[in-house]
Amino acid sequence: MTHLTYIMAAYAIAVVVAGWFAVDAGMRMGRARRRLAAIDPRGQRERAR
Amino acid sequence: MDTSAALAPPPKGGRSLHRFANPGRFLRLSGRVLPWLAVVGLVLTLFGLGWGLFFAPADWQQGDAVRIMYIHVPTAWLASAGYVGLAVCSVLSLVWRHPLADLAAAEIGPVGAGATAICLATGSLWGKPMWGAWWVWDARLTSVLVLFFLYLGHIALVRAFDSPERGARAGAILALVGAVDLPVIKFSVEWWNTLHQPATITLTGSPTMYVGMLWPLLFSALGMTVGFVAIVLARTRAAVMERRIRGLLLARAQQEAGARQETGARLDVVA
Repeated sequence: MTHLTYIMAAYAIAVVVAGWFAVDAGMRMGRARRRLAAIDPRGQRERAR
Repeated sequence: MDTSAALAPPPKGGRSLHRFANPGRFLRLSGRVLPWLAVVGLVLTLFGLGWGLFFAPADWQQGDAVRIMYIHVPTAWLASAGYVGLAVCSVLSLVWRHPLADLAAAEIGPVGAGATAICLATGSLWGKPMWGAWWVWDARLTSVLVLFFLYLGHIALVRAFDSPERGARAGAILALVGAVDLPVIKFSVEWWNTLHQPATITLTGSPTMYVGMLWPLLFSALGMTVGFVAIVLARTRAAVMERRIRGLLLARAQQEAGARQETGARLDVVA
């Protein structure tokens, strides 16, 4: 394969940036969900049922 | 603040939009759709990129360097499409005061900036072996760089105000003004004599690309688009929940402050 270094660098950048956004979004959503469940009275009532 | 405008019912055209602006409804709907979008986006992207990287033919002139196209072109499309999304959210926010539009715009900004950064970086990695330069001040490259700065400006402006509403409003105005860069990007290769090649895929004509290269490109573009939507949706869900958390904490703090004041007043009466 010609220009392998350039190709691998391009794919690596894409994987790292897109992967970071995906992981960050998932973690942020999980954090917000846990925090909201802990303080939201509606969530607490639903859990108590 | 203009309270009459804030209390007025939304214009007729915006009523159906406001049905989907209910945070609870948005969380329910997006919660159902998001896992499917994430899986479909990942599968299509891996399929398209795998096909392009290992099975699509090399270009007779560019050799294997053409495989960078399977990342560069979809991210270039997404950079512009993301900004269109930002502009649409800005219109919804400024005209109909759509409550979710501000949050969605704030979350599209960083993801769009990420797509533009990938497009610029992969373009540079493609340009070096083909043109002999990492960067040239070509009209297409420069207008995409301006788009990247517009995204960064939007991110900074939205966060520059103490009041989130004022930040969203300023960001919406910048997004709409910046939308003028989109036709410049699109037509830069026709208006000016550029080093960047003209479009090989257009909506009006048949593509001037070998079909064995076109299909993996379309699959990776579709997969990355679905993945982009999934990431924006996940970030917007998180933003909706974070806003509710802030509201609840503020209400709790105000309640506690009120109770303290009441206790202080009672103690004064007793004294």
